[in-house]
Amino acid sequence: MRKRVWISSIVLILLALAAVFLSLWFGARIIPFRDVWSAVIHPQLDSYNTRVVHARTVRTLFGFLAGAALGVSGTVMQSVTRNPVADPSILGVNTGAALAVVIGLVFFNIARPEQYIWLALAGAGLTSALVYGIASVGASGITPIKLALSGATVSVALGSLLTTVLLPDTDAMNSYRFWQIGSIGAATREHMLLLLPFFITGLVLALLLADHLNVVTLGDEMASSLGVNVRIVRLLASAAGVILCGATTALAGPIGFVGLMVPHLLRMMTGSDVRVMLPLSALGGASLLLIADVIGRVIGRPGETEVGVITALLGAPVFIYVIQKAKVRSL
Amino acid sequence: MSENMVMSARNLASGYDGRIIIPDMTMTIPAGKISVLIGANGCGKSTLLKAFCRLNRVYAGTITLGDRDIRDYGPKEYARSVGMLPQSPAVPEGISVRELVTRGRFPYRQPLKGLAAADYQAVDRAIAVMGIEAIADRNVDELSGGQRQRVWIALSLAQETDILFLDEPTTFLDISYQIEILELLVRLNRENRTTIVMVLHDINLAARYADYLFAMKQGQLIREEKPADIIDEALIREVYGMESRIITDPVYGTPNVIPVGNPSLLRE
Repeated sequence: MRKRVWISSIVLILLALAAVFLSLWFGARIIPFRDVWSAVIHPQLDSYNTRVVHARTVRTLFGFLAGAALGVSGTVMQSVTRNPVADPSILGVNTGAALAVVIGLVFFNIARPEQYIWLALAGAGLTSALVYGIASVGASGITPIKLALSGATVSVALGSLLTTVLLPDTDAMNSYRFWQIGSIGAATREHMLLLLPFFITGLVLALLLADHLNVVTLGDEMASSLGVNVRIVRLLASAAGVILCGATTALAGPIGFVGLMVPHLLRMMTGSDVRVMLPLSALGGASLLLIADVIGRVIGRPGETEVGVITALLGAPVFIYVIQKAKVRSL
Repeated sequence: MSENMVMSARNLASGYDGRIIIPDMTMTIPAGKISVLIGANGCGKSTLLKAFCRLNRVYAGTITLGDRDIRDYGPKEYARSVGMLPQSPAVPEGISVRELVTRGRFPYRQPLKGLAAADYQAVDRAIAVMGIEAIADRNVDELSGGQRQRVWIALSLAQETDILFLDEPTTFLDISYQIEILELLVRLNRENRTTIVMVLHDINLAARYADYLFAMKQGQLIREEKPADIIDEALIREVYGMESRIITDPVYGTPNVIPVGNPSLLRE
């Protein structure tokens, strides 16, 4: 048990380091390995290649943070809902955040990230409550399939609402177009500094709740009789999940499936102790997002393919696999 | 464990979703004994059990543990005195037996602190008592139903409560596992003096293993006594609406209920 956790931790730390390095190294222009290394070791040197590496540093750090936030958010949401398909994109939370941002943009002319990040959080929070509420209607309670269906339905409904708001407004439509795919290419230092406090808040809140979440995964009745206030834990943990994915979505656009894949792969590696999974899902999410971003930069040359497209391509098969497995498990 | 705390309900009204299932219940759970709730489906057995475990709302009346109302206890404080094993708890993916049993220590955990020596001892003891040392490092996913139920009881044991409630602990199990689990609970009761209260569907097993039977119908308590003193054809008719003959269990001497049904159906 212990051994598996140690091995996974080491593997993930190495993977995250490798992902950071790849992200500095690869892109539309491939910098010789030597120059990447010297730019990292001697940041004061000034050459063309060093400057490219430095430009990629912001993108890499932002990507690291965004991926970590999405990974942790997925772990939290899956534990809270005891549901293997809980993920911000599948639950429609991303669409909710997007709709709130667009409404702010079109009707209130809110276009600064430090303003619309709050709108995204509100949108994400309301949507997750709505999706969860719809999925829990009916005798059998919440099942993976019902949750996914409810998320998809709400997502479509909010999506068409979003189009209605957006279509008459060409300017908003244009800025939305790029945001909507999910990309870390346009990230600035301000984006990164804006995301950081939300990431820390969400992560600390989740870590404080880890022991409680471990007990909640045994079922509501079991958790209550072990002395957990299930309702409060669920509320706070959902808030942590929404802060993490809402803030990321506001700044990077909806990037799907990271929150689905990472906890799932981790459970296969380490088992399902939330205390272990939280830090590791941060590393795993960061690695996955950065590697997906590198792939997008390499296959899209001379331009680039947005990271949201790549994570969706990687994530869809995993989603199908999880749904099938979940069906067997829930019988 | 010191003298067991007494638990009782006075004029309790309880239910869920605003529906009252138990209108007016007054009863005392015999301390240090095994009590079994019996009754037809929907008679309120589980509702009553959950009311005692603070899982259902108390709409009127009181439930007391020792001399305090159970609503006055903090959640963890209550969980150190009263444990409950639900009918179908969820097994997280890839969790080992020891890990699962350790979660029973939650009510003793301090915020931001790791496990204490007492936690490890309690977990080891629970694993030993349930005889699951050999499978302690295996994944719970891989275990059979009977083994799994032992693991859950070990979790409740690690919780070190005075009183343990179990909601149909033998459902879904083969008959041999049913006996095994019930005998383990008897040992737990005799050795640790744990008060055990459970819902059982099999009235013959209930008659054999219960010190006290609580027979319920439509949210009311009909009779409570030692099994041998209350099980008769009239009680079975009243509780289950069914004709029966009562014979004596040749091994244990406890009452055994033979449902009459419609014998002519099989007498071609």
